[in-house]
Amino acid sequence: MSPKKNNIKQFFSDLPKNIFSGFVVSLIALPLGLGLAMASDAPAISGVITAIIGGVLVSIIGGSYVTITGPGNGLVGVLLVAITALGINDAYAAIICSGALLIVLGFLRLGKLADFFPSSAIQGMLAAIGLIILGKQFHIMLAHKINRPETMDYLLAIPYTINDAIHYRSSGLIYAASIGVLSFMIMVFYPKIRNKYLQLIPAPMWIVILSIGFSYYFEFVAHEANPIDANYMLSGIPDINQIISQLPSISFSKIGQSSFWSSVLALTLIASIESLLSIKAVDKLDPEKRRSNVNKDLKALGLATVGSGFLGGLNVVTVIARSSVNVNNGASNRSANFFHALFLIIFIGLFSTQLTRIPLPALMAILVFTGYKLASPDIVKKIFSIGREQLVIFFVTLIVTLKVGLITGIASGVFVTFIIHVFINKSFSLFARNLLKPNVLMYREDESAGNYYVSVKHFCSFLNFYKLKQKLDAIAEDNEVIVDFSLCEFVDHTVMENLHNYQELFAKRGGNFEVVGLDMHGTDSKHPFALRRVLPIPSLLTNLTNRQTTIEELAKDFSLSYVAAKEKNTTFLQDFVFFKTKQINHIYNKLSNETGSLGVFDIEFSEGEFIAKEVVRTTMLHIQLEEEICTFTLDREGFLERIYAFAGYKDIPIQNHSDFSKRFYLLGENSTAIKNFFTDDLVHFFESNPYYHVESNGCSLLVFGKERLASVKEIKALYDFGKRLKEVILD
Amino acid sequence: MLKPFDHIGIGVAFSPNLKANLYETARLSIFLKAKLFLIHVGEKSADKEEKLKTFLTPFIAENLDYEFVFKDGDPVDVILSSSEEKKIDLLILGALQRENFVNYYVGSIARKITRKAKCSVLLLIKPSVECISCEHVVVNGLQDPRTKKTISSAFFISKQLGASRITIVEEIGQKQVAVKVDDDKSLRRATIAKEILRRKEDSRVQRIISDIPETYKEHITIKTQPIFGKRGYSIGHYAQVARADLLIMNAPSNTTFWDRLFPHDIEHILTELPTDVLIIR
Repeated sequence: MSPKKNNIKQFFSDLPKNIFSGFVVSLIALPLGLGLAMASDAPAISGVITAIIGGVLVSIIGGSYVTITGPGNGLVGVLLVAITALGINDAYAAIICSGALLIVLGFLRLGKLADFFPSSAIQGMLAAIGLIILGKQFHIMLAHKINRPETMDYLLAIPYTINDAIHYRSSGLIYAASIGVLSFMIMVFYPKIRNKYLQLIPAPMWIVILSIGFSYYFEFVAHEANPIDANYMLSGIPDINQIISQLPSISFSKIGQSSFWSSVLALTLIASIESLLSIKAVDKLDPEKRRSNVNKDLKALGLATVGSGFLGGLNVVTVIARSSVNVNNGASNRSANFFHALFLIIFIGLFSTQLTRIPLPALMAILVFTGYKLASPDIVKKIFSIGREQLVIFFVTLIVTLKVGLITGIASGVFVTFIIHVFINKSFSLFARNLLKPNVLMYREDESAGNYYVSVKHFCSFLNFYKLKQKLDAIAEDNEVIVDFSLCEFVDHTVMENLHNYQELFAKRGGNFEVVGLDMHGTDSKHPFALRRVLPIPSLLTNLTNRQTTIEELAKDFSLSYVAAKEKNTTFLQDFVFFKTKQINHIYNKLSNETGSLGVFDIEFSEGEFIAKEVVRTTMLHIQLEEEICTFTLDREGFLERIYAFAGYKDIPIQNHSDFSKRFYLLGENSTAIKNFFTDDLVHFFESNPYYHVESNGCSLLVFGKERLASVKEIKALYDFGKRLKEVILD
Repeated sequence: MLKPFDHIGIGVAFSPNLKANLYETARLSIFLKAKLFLIHVGEKSADKEEKLKTFLTPFIAENLDYEFVFKDGDPVDVILSSSEEKKIDLLILGALQRENFVNYYVGSIARKITRKAKCSVLLLIKPSVECISCEHVVVNGLQDPRTKKTISSAFFISKQLGASRITIVEEIGQKQVAVKVDDDKSLRRATIAKEILRRKEDSRVQRIISDIPETYKEHITIKTQPIFGKRGYSIGHYAQVARADLLIMNAPSNTTFWDRLFPHDIEHILTELPTDVLIIR
């Protein structure tokens, strides 16, 4: 570990960067805060209050590093329901209660809560939230305020609104609608324009600046009244004194009602899921590769939510979009979040009157765009490519969320996922019997550099992923990890996706994370995250696993040929003593050089027969030699010694190399030939290289390490070992 | 070192597995130089005795010492009471195979016997007529007063069966690592805490090993493997991954109704046998 840095000095030297990125983020947070609050039917200013309280409190007591906190888009749907059902004053009470619940979650260390939801169900829920935002705000964007009882009705009314907008006669409405469309265009095309001056200010702020400029133009240059219909202007922005002096009256009168508590639950659930997912995503972006303390962050978010509720704000959550902007602008610690709040206070203090010059359609265009992003057809396409069953989960969650509500929606997503898993495996007992078993084994393999080996049994899905996650989280990310699924019958999409995240994280932090043992599992789609289960009769593998594709790339790099399919012709292995008592089933994933004299392959063989039969899969290297050599086996542990003793072999000492003789068991029939064969060079080669079992059958060599499938890194090492061994022997 | 097993008992029922079971047990009795008791729940009859004797013929030739016990009643009671009467110190039970032919588990009668027996119990997953050599023995190294006996029995058996490898698995429960991993700092603390625990456990096991007479350690590769995981379960998983031929474990302290509802220690192994399991009492 590096020596302790001078933290205070470091903090001050990083301060300018953090102030700057805090400033940039506040430029987005201001319009988004106003918009999100309005979309939730709360006073516009409450969104900004949320961001301020969240920024100040979470930056001081939080447990993550470069996240930004404030009002979240995921909560719009729930807040809308809460405010409609309870009224704004009771909704504040619900917000306060959900904050308290969040604190409890933090103390109960339930930061792992988000792991219990299948990712397609979460995607479906987020898409539904996106549609809720989009459906409601689209009409305001086109200056066509409507009121409908259901979210679906808002969505269905979109074509009528467009039709009406084309036939507007009032110039006030035409101006309002065109400002909305223009703002939407800015949101869409802004990321596509690569200009460093333009990119200095984020798109939402451009919209704010341009629309305020538009209003000033009419006032000072054209000397006319603002042409936009007054109904579609932002109103009711109090100045800072009013905010402080006029705290909302919070009413706890509905605390006995069930609708109050269902709102509290929904708020807590969505706030925690959104925050946890964002923290996880932002951790991957952190340039200093730190690990966030999610439970501490949950407590901080809860406390901030309580504070925000008392001061007339909404739920405080960690938000992904603003956080990534924060990272991109060079933030290095929590102070950026604090400064974002500080700048918001300054904006409200100085420019609260200017804010009323912003037209509503412009603000809503920003939200329509955010909503569209959450529910874009790309997401549906991506989910479909993972598998049809994921699409079913996605749409069930989406539709139930829109029709009934968020909690029912996510619950039905979880339920449907489970039913699909049972259906795919045609077995309920696989899940029922093994759900509570600690199915993950992790230990350090002592022989090599101390890599971690993780074996997973039975099944691994969103239901028990937390067990695997708990083990993986206890490994520092600069280590070597091999996760073996060969004893696991079923692995679901949520797990595959999470493992991929681990892979990225380990790669970034100098470690290595590999997944093995999935080559025999079948899938329905070609996507790397598709769920996999063991097939009774493995068909021709259509979807290569991650390991297989990496081997394929390796083959290209070293200009080797690679065949993933099974090969039954294994006669070249029959002569080896090792296989005397074993039955070779097939080899697969074969890598070989042009002449075929050097080949690495996975092999499946079985020991014993009938009921005592045991199937073993491992990775081996085969070297074909041009000349005849003596037969021998070289082994370290000596545990194979006995089998070879049967074959009439005995340990042969090599003179002048007592260390070598001590460390290795060298066995063979013809001891003089072997003594001649083991030249000084060869002995030195074995002494100075990692240990492998080496066996000669007279014209070729068989080399292997552990009795399990090798990771790609180990395959590389094995191949390299064989190549050099061949050179030494041929010299 | 004392010879741990003098009297070996097996419950015999006339099932398709009988021949394999008898061969396996008889072979073991010869290896361990112990007397074999064949306990049958049911009436005594010359016919049955004759049938059993024919199976045992090849072993009688090798001077197998054996005795038949016939007793009527509830299978669990009969086997338990006769093993006490005959001072049996190793009871052999067969496991059942699940429908998918991958997993083995202990049936309800055998499970009751395993829980209540006062002697050691060997659970066989795949008895065979052929002699299959035992290569790799995995034994637990828990911090427990009984561990010492278990480990020394493991060495004795390995010697008798000619096993070449013993792995002593130290299971360290998550609770013993007092640090919870939240962020980088606590991760570092947890890693250090684990390392300290690992060394402590390792030196404890090494002390036990050093007390074992050299003759039992000849030609045997001894390895220790610390595992941070659930007691009683991770060792089974490890035995499966390491492809052990025999897993030797301490007997559980005492099992109550709750232990079966919320399985721990040995109960996990009983529902899912990774290999042959010997429970030392």
